[in-house]
Amino acid sequence: MLSFITRRIAVAIPTILILVIFSFILMYSAPGGPFNSERPLPPEVLANIEAKYGLDQPFWRQIVNYVWGVVTQFDFGPSFQYKDRSVNDVIAQGFPVTLTYGFWSFVVAVIVGVSLGVAAAIRHNTWLDYLAVGVSVGAQALPNFVLAPILVLVFTLWLGWLPGGGWAGGQWQYVIMPVIALSTSYMASIARITRSSMLEVMNSNFIRTAQAKGLPMRRVIWRHALKPTMLPVISYLGPAFVGMITGSVVIDIFMSTGGIGQFFVNSAFNRDYAVIMGITILVGVLTITFNLVVDILYAWIDPKIRY
Amino acid sequence: MTLKAKLMATGAAVLIAAGSMASAQNTHPVTGETLAEDQTFIYRVLDEHSSVDPQVVEDVSGSEVVRDLFEGLYNQDEDGALEPGVALSHAASDDGLTYTFTLRQDAMWSNGEPVTAGDFVFAWQRAVDPELASPYAWYMELMSIENGEAIIAGEMPTSALGVSAIDDHTLEVRLTKPLPYFPQMVTHGTTFPVHPPTIAAHGDEWTRPENIVSNGAYVLTEHIPQERTVRVRNEMYWNNDETIIEEVVALVINDENQALTRWKAGELDRTEVPAGQFPALAEEFPGEAISFPRLCSYYYTINVTDTANPALLDPRVREALSLAVDRDIIVNNVLAGGQTAAYTFTPEATAEFEIPDVAKAGMSQADRNARAQELLAEAGFGSGGETLEVDLIYNTSEAHRSVAIAISQMWKQTLGVETELGNQEWQTFLETRGNKDYEIARAGWCGDYNEASTFLDLMDSGSGYNDAGYTNPMVDDLLAEAKTVQDPAGRQAIYTQIEEIIAVDLPIIPIYHYAGSYMMDADVGNWPVNNVEQNWYSRNLYKIAE
Repeated sequence: MLSFITRRIAVAIPTILILVIFSFILMYSAPGGPFNSERPLPPEVLANIEAKYGLDQPFWRQIVNYVWGVVTQFDFGPSFQYKDRSVNDVIAQGFPVTLTYGFWSFVVAVIVGVSLGVAAAIRHNTWLDYLAVGVSVGAQALPNFVLAPILVLVFTLWLGWLPGGGWAGGQWQYVIMPVIALSTSYMASIARITRSSMLEVMNSNFIRTAQAKGLPMRRVIWRHALKPTMLPVISYLGPAFVGMITGSVVIDIFMSTGGIGQFFVNSAFNRDYAVIMGITILVGVLTITFNLVVDILYAWIDPKIRY
Repeated sequence: MTLKAKLMATGAAVLIAAGSMASAQNTHPVTGETLAEDQTFIYRVLDEHSSVDPQVVEDVSGSEVVRDLFEGLYNQDEDGALEPGVALSHAASDDGLTYTFTLRQDAMWSNGEPVTAGDFVFAWQRAVDPELASPYAWYMELMSIENGEAIIAGEMPTSALGVSAIDDHTLEVRLTKPLPYFPQMVTHGTTFPVHPPTIAAHGDEWTRPENIVSNGAYVLTEHIPQERTVRVRNEMYWNNDETIIEEVVALVINDENQALTRWKAGELDRTEVPAGQFPALAEEFPGEAISFPRLCSYYYTINVTDTANPALLDPRVREALSLAVDRDIIVNNVLAGGQTAAYTFTPEATAEFEIPDVAKAGMSQADRNARAQELLAEAGFGSGGETLEVDLIYNTSEAHRSVAIAISQMWKQTLGVETELGNQEWQTFLETRGNKDYEIARAGWCGDYNEASTFLDLMDSGSGYNDAGYTNPMVDDLLAEAKTVQDPAGRQAIYTQIEEIIAVDLPIIPIYHYAGSYMMDADVGNWPVNNVEQNWYSRNLYKIAE
């Protein structure tokens, strides 16, 4: 197991390096630059700015400097757009916000999704099953850019219960709507995966054996069925968790949370190279990490898997 | 005076001050309106500001904050006219090349230190310093300050800049050419003073709330990027007694419809009106949907260089395309937010500018269409000739798309022109247009200061913003001449003449002049709707009791 983890980490390093180089090339090959605007800058002004940010150097030199700064000093460079902030500041400010609502969305999506899926599978082809499937299909079909404005309309304008956006340091009133809006579609996917997986498990021989031994239904489900059911769910949850904690642009735009998703999109539009790179690397590292976590969980859950 | 007497006197003074404050809280000193208990103004901004450093700021929302936090030589009043800021007055030399500003004695930084002429010198030198590399260094070039260009290019030290402190309260500025509108230009954020010791102590991070020292009516107390910026009244501001709004909060809300919902829920005092919704909102919220002219023009620029569509090099074709655009439909039906039809580049709202008599402005649309068909036929296109095909590009936006579709339909119906529409992401668009790799492109321009040259300078063959690639030596000469005329009426005559030339040469098709439109709570007093540059200052606003 330990050697497996070591090997995976060893592979992760070149993977991230390739990610950095590819993102860098893609970014630079996009037309425009961070200092283009409706009003083109006079050449001498532009030259000063490019010199300040090292953009006047040859391309390979910029990549080398960038990677060197990241590796040796954990310095992701200054933001071109937000002049008094470095990329580290941007991430330090935005990531906790995203992490907070992403984490709660994950908790809600898993609890509600798994419960719905299990309930639907156990009561297969009953009204409960139809209801659960109906809810999850409905939730899946309702994209969060539609759901978010509806939530604000209902809870802010009509009922006046919750603030229509903002973050206010993460007070609970401000977290509720982002969590509902973000978790709904994940919840639906989890419910559907759980249901089909559970149905398959319930028809397998070892469950029939357990039932034949006269074990009570509750014990069959908790002790025997739930763990194998979770296998496909967990492989879905790894990337889903990263997706949630690295933010949803839609949530940031509609809920004005100040999370990292908004910076990601804006930096792409503004060609704020350093911020794009910083967030790309963050997402890359998290994705690799959680894929590893999923693999480890797999081995723990499924005795057939050995690394 | 004994200590006790002193204490009693101070106590009395505090009581009197408190009393006068209390009454000032209740009614507005000029209008007599009853003021609200809570003097907090909350408004929506589309996007996070780039900076609140006066010399670095380049966006509208950042400039709004900068005008509250800092005060330059002059301010603008509700109508956009100059009023004293840190400077009380100025004198210009006879040749118009030297300006001497007299500064007020009681201007203070928020830490209690006096604002001096040296702070302005420091700030202006900073603006051109290659090391700071301000994107707005070009503004100092525009102001034609002695040696500005050479310093930016790194050929001279910043100390060579033509600005000096004669004494603590006298600032002298030397220009390379006379600029009749120079005093108007110092209301711009780039020229605001900064506090040298604060910058020395904190470097790039000096604008953070915990570090910043400023001299305006407000101080920055909170800044959460992409979420909110809070500024509160600056007790050290020389005119603090007249400030009524206690706290100003800017909330970043990217989606304008979401912002509108939150405005309706009472979370905001001001938000933008989403495109096309103005008439409906004006009906639903009478008096709260406001619209007013802005110092901006929306136009299509036509490539007239050798990379152009050859057909568009014929002025008759350009004239036909311009005539066939029914601007009334664009402003009344497509946009419907108080915009006005444009037949000239410079907006009517520009100070001292009168719209010249451009023939097509006075015609009916039917006459314009008939004339357009004639012209196009003369050029060999349209009925009987070949079909004219043009490419039109715009940057991705709902509003630009609607306008482009409407205009391409007008061209098709009136002239049988086939238009290929192309939308491009902003940066791509700028590059395509800048490289003159287009036929017709959407463009917009807002004045940097309130004078016609801020628009017409774009028509100079040497201008970096002349995307049409338009050259007419006569226009270049007239623009140069206007800079030397001190008398506003004389300049106006020249500007009129330039507009008339453009109306014939048509490197651009003016479409409409912008209007600002807001949903503004009825309890916000004194919003400067007549300030066409929308240079508003929170200290002039107040909240009326409901």
